[in-house]
Amino acid sequence: MTTATLAQPEVIQPSRLTLVLRYMRRNKGLVIGTFILLLLVIFTIHGTLTADLKHAYPISVKSKQPPSWQFPLGTDFFGRDLYVAMVVGLKETAIIGVLAGALGTLIGVVLGFISAYFGGWLDLIIKGICQILTPIPALLIQVIIAGSLDKRDVTIYTMAFVVVLLAWMGPTLVIRSQVLTMKERQFVAVAKLSGMGDLGIIFSEILPNLLPFIAASFVNQVFYAVFASFYLAVLGLGPLREPLLGNTIWAAQAQSAFFNNWWWWPLAPALALVLILGSLALINMGMDELANPRIRRSE
Amino acid sequence: MVKLIIRRLLFLIMVIWAASTIVFFIPRISVKNPVRERFATLARTGGFSPADMEKIIAAYNVKFGLDKPLLQQYGDYMASIARFDLGVSYNLYPKTVMALIMDSLPWTIVLLLVTTILSFVIGNLLGAIAAWPRAPQWARTIATPFILLQGVPPVLMGVLLLFFIGFKLKLAPLGGAYSTGVVPDWSSPAFIWDVVWHQILPGLALLLGSVGGWTLGMRGMGITIQGEDYVNFAEHKGLSAYTIFKDYYLRNALLPQVTGLALALGSVVSSAIVIESQFGLPGLGRILDAAIRSNDFLVIYGVVLFVTIAVAALMVGMEFIYPLLDPRIRNE
Amino acid sequence: MPPVLQVNNLQVTYYTDAGRARALDGVNLTLNAGEKLGLVGESGSGKSTMALAMMRMIKPPGRIEGGQVIVDGTNLTALSESDMLKARLSKIAYIPQGAMNSLNPVIRIGTQMVDAIKAHDPGASRANIDERCKHALESVDLSAGVFKMYAHELSGGMKQRACIAISILLKPKVIIADEPTSALDVVTQRQVMETIDRVQKQIGAAVILIGHDMGLMAQFVDKVAVMYTGRLMELSTVREMFTEPKHPYAQALIRSLPNLENKGVFHGIPGMAPALLQLPGGCTFHPRCDQVMDICKLQRPQPITLPGGQILECHLYSEKA
Repeated sequence: MTTATLAQPEVIQPSRLTLVLRYMRRNKGLVIGTFILLLLVIFTIHGTLTADLKHAYPISVKSKQPPSWQFPLGTDFFGRDLYVAMVVGLKETAIIGVLAGALGTLIGVVLGFISAYFGGWLDLIIKGICQILTPIPALLIQVIIAGSLDKRDVTIYTMAFVVVLLAWMGPTLVIRSQVLTMKERQFVAVAKLSGMGDLGIIFSEILPNLLPFIAASFVNQVFYAVFASFYLAVLGLGPLREPLLGNTIWAAQAQSAFFNNWWWWPLAPALALVLILGSLALINMGMDELANPRIRRSE
Repeated sequence: MVKLIIRRLLFLIMVIWAASTIVFFIPRISVKNPVRERFATLARTGGFSPADMEKIIAAYNVKFGLDKPLLQQYGDYMASIARFDLGVSYNLYPKTVMALIMDSLPWTIVLLLVTTILSFVIGNLLGAIAAWPRAPQWARTIATPFILLQGVPPVLMGVLLLFFIGFKLKLAPLGGAYSTGVVPDWSSPAFIWDVVWHQILPGLALLLGSVGGWTLGMRGMGITIQGEDYVNFAEHKGLSAYTIFKDYYLRNALLPQVTGLALALGSVVSSAIVIESQFGLPGLGRILDAAIRSNDFLVIYGVVLFVTIAVAALMVGMEFIYPLLDPRIRNE
Repeated sequence: MPPVLQVNNLQVTYYTDAGRARALDGVNLTLNAGEKLGLVGESGSGKSTMALAMMRMIKPPGRIEGGQVIVDGTNLTALSESDMLKARLSKIAYIPQGAMNSLNPVIRIGTQMVDAIKAHDPGASRANIDERCKHALESVDLSAGVFKMYAHELSGGMKQRACIAISILLKPKVIIADEPTSALDVVTQRQVMETIDRVQKQIGAAVILIGHDMGLMAQFVDKVAVMYTGRLMELSTVREMFTEPKHPYAQALIRSLPNLENKGVFHGIPGMAPALLQLPGGCTFHPRCDQVMDICKLQRPQPITLPGGQILECHLYSEKA
């Protein structure tokens, strides 16, 4: 007779922290992107609270100064403190990005959903409109719109509006196709059979599964909004008084900043823009992984 | 088959109609009258009396039909589109819009085509490699800087390239289609090389930011394809990694990407046009730019319409190419 | 004649976020040329992992931790990556489960056969390759025209037979058929099984048929191996397995087969197969065993060979070895 203790079932479970760290190691893109974005947000908030925001506008401080202790990012031809200009510019870019992004995503979710869920000719119309508007070069149209507006009417809010005008088709089609796949899948049929009303199905079954796509669409829309607003601004079509990133670069180009050796002037906004779009792109890539589980690997 | 062609043609017509309508109404929001703008410029140089100017402007308005009610103008315009008559440029009268477009089109086409195709090939290859677990680590990371570069809009890239490579390093020309003082001679290889040389920076400005998009898409596609049973079976057959990569993985993952090609062309167009102004290339960008500043309606319409039709036609065309590549669809 | 397949103490572990799962825990078996073995077990028992491990296709987070797989004298587990590529299809071949998606949709069937041959025999002439492909297609009763077709032009049964044709192209010594007939209707099932039988006789290969359809096993194989939680519980001839199963798990399996005499009476096996991450100690079947003894809870039974040739992992028989 052998004397032995009861053999324990072999359960080797890593701790919670290890799991989170492992995931972060695998999905570096998401982590870095979010980190950079966070830094930018902190920068903006700190600046808004500590700096004198009036200095972001012309004729506030000595002009054409290179970066120094007093003016960390230098000043421009018109007498703006570029550091403060960055802070305000980032804030306004964020407003445009989030506003246009949220609006675009919202329209996309509502229209895409209605189109897929209720089907029929409503679906045909919505889908048709989206498909027909897609080949139209949105940026060009936006240029035309912005170019036609009276200079005084251009504000960051009109810019956001102009951007959304031709950006909503993307999320609509994406959400629509997702809802369509879901409609076919079993769990909606099961919910219907068990007597759940339409509204119930929508909120408890479909929406939770749509969240990753909604989130991804939002990030995409914000990216596009920042891109498009920068594009318009750099052509001189933005609200010229505001220190938007694109505006700053446009002004710098108009004054031949590089050739006059005021290199710091366009550099700051260029860097800021690259950081914003880059971090958004990384986050997009990272969310890609969340939505597509096959990308996940352990070890 | 015939039904398909008809449906696609209908789509094309709808797109043209939508684009024309949008483009027609937008500039009308503005108060700027193109004829007036033109004369304002003239007035600054010469000495015209305001009263005389008004008479001339009124006369031109009648001539161009700008005094008719909006809806009638719309109707007239749509009718002329159907006749392929894009009208004349107010600003550069009497040059017709079509002529303006045709002059600058070749430059734009070359720039676009080359950059889009290169971007597609490089981007997709990088994406495919990035998703392939057996690719060496260094190869998989080449994709990353391109993905990051997506954050740099072509416009900005143009500025940076111009400054750093053109101005500071003097490695490439600062603009223009060919060197100043050179007489265009398309039969001379030296001239052709000069032209190509001048296309490099603008091409790069467009290329570098767009590769990332393809890479990301292909990477996602690649990962899905890797999980497919036929890739698995290919491994069971003992095929080399290279063969599996080429025939089982790439061939299948690339197909859906091709559908995005036409769309990509469409979106690059906008950026390309700005790049052209930036680098002083004599493409569509230059005439569109001038037209927007002076609110030269018909030129604006013409260019945007032309671009829209081209993109839409390409999209439709792709649908006919797709079956050639994917045997599963051929029988429809 | 030495056995054509020998598996010694094969161990495969999967390292997941939730812990380590022992998918195969010391499996031993032997097969002679021309023999047919049926590998049965519930989902998660390790039968598919066996197939993958023998082909050395276990991917991270899984790993072959130990043991050997020897086919025709060659130890597959010790081969280099490139040698293993050569060994696949030529020494040991695999017929996939669900051929619906196992054929590349964008290249012709013929191309997929040719690339398999070229990968192993780069110097083969065009005529030789064509001949071999034609011969393979004939063996599985497919017309020569299939060579030029695409996968979507074939029916389910035809696709499966095309996969069989590919697997015998290089006359392997061992063929693993992983549930080749699931998702097929009974008529096609018979067709496919008859095809496998025929080609096996033609090339004299040993076949491992993986599945959970006992009826199919009974008609086709010579021996049956029952797997549970990554361990081989019993291996005996098909006749013995069906008439006199020794291991309590095997007994329960046979008992649960629907019986014409006892219509309407269904026997299941009480309890559920444990998750691989939380295996019971000792003999993993003990919580569900109707003949459980104290020692079963403490010690894992060693595999024993009975005088009749059966291999068992069960404490009930330790004295009889």
